[in-house]
Amino acid sequence: MRDSDQGDWREALYEELVAARVSQVAYVPDAGHSHVITRCHEDPAITPIVLTTEEEGIGVLAGADLAGARGVLLMQSSGVGNCLNTFSLVRNCGFPIVTIVTMRGEWGEFNPWQVPMGQATPATLEAGGLVVQRVDDPGDVRAVVKHALHMAFEGGTAMAVLLSQRLIGAKTF
Amino acid sequence: METQQNNGFERRELVAQILRDRSDDLLVVTGLGSPTYDVAAAGDDPRNFYLWGAMGSAATIGLGLALARPQARVLVITGDGEMLMALGALATIGVARPSNLAIAVLDNRAYGETGGQASHTAHGVDLVAMARAAGFKETAHCDATDGFDAPRRLLREAPGPVLAACAIRSGENPRVMPARDGHHLRARFREAIGVA
Repeated sequence: MRDSDQGDWREALYEELVAARVSQVAYVPDAGHSHVITRCHEDPAITPIVLTTEEEGIGVLAGADLAGARGVLLMQSSGVGNCLNTFSLVRNCGFPIVTIVTMRGEWGEFNPWQVPMGQATPATLEAGGLVVQRVDDPGDVRAVVKHALHMAFEGGTAMAVLLSQRLIGAKTF
Repeated sequence: METQQNNGFERRELVAQILRDRSDDLLVVTGLGSPTYDVAAAGDDPRNFYLWGAMGSAATIGLGLALARPQARVLVITGDGEMLMALGALATIGVARPSNLAIAVLDNRAYGETGGQASHTAHGVDLVAMARAAGFKETAHCDATDGFDAPRRLLREAPGPVLAACAIRSGENPRVMPARDGHHLRARFREAIGVA
């Protein structure tokens, strides 16, 4: 993968948030999300909300929805388990939660401590009532994000998009 | 450890006083358990979003709502146990600093729903000091010796983010159960404020 392709899919992700009129982006930082986080901070139409732990983002997105606003939660796969009890807001209230998850614990992962939660991520999200879509190819990011946002905000389905470690590039030290 | 507070408010009376004469731009989020019943007892309103679970989410729901609805006053009414589960949210709110968000912690120093076990506040953990340190604009301990006006003014009018920890006398109240259907609660809230 060339650097320019990486830049392109990261910018495409941000552009789709703008196109879907997302106004709140809550996040726990991750290297894979750093471009979109920077772009959201530069965008006066988006309120970025830095969290101390991922489950705060589920509450924030639910609150935004109560006011008719659209929010997205950016996190790493290691944070997905933190959200589990708050997913009762998805099942019980139908909040159209959208999360975009950068994956660890797969595809050349050097750190075994990332593997348990990384491997449990799809099952955890599905247990919480979210529909899970995975992206491996940089050329697919725009379309998958676009259609996930559409399913959530036009259709009311809670959605998770997993950006795979193959897509992002395995972290090396 | 001290769970009895002789100068505590009677919780139903306090909540009724905080909420009396509410206008259409007061939006209320309740923490699960007694605060949900207290707010329901003060009079059901479609602009109340009652939590029956998702413990620790009352403050963050209030945050997302306050940021998305700057023309409204957002009041989170929760308990000490529920707030203690969201200490990180104090830091998150301290960064976002919505001026229209207020949090009332009904502090009975105990986990009332589960047998009255002492909470951390009974051991001296100070939620007001934590909120202040996180960057809340107005914070206060309130008790019955100062009357209802101080917490009411702080929670309804003071520029936020506000956190008022209100000492609550121990004691059982009849349960006043609002609707539990979350889809219904969400839909009627959005309809009431015109975003459905």
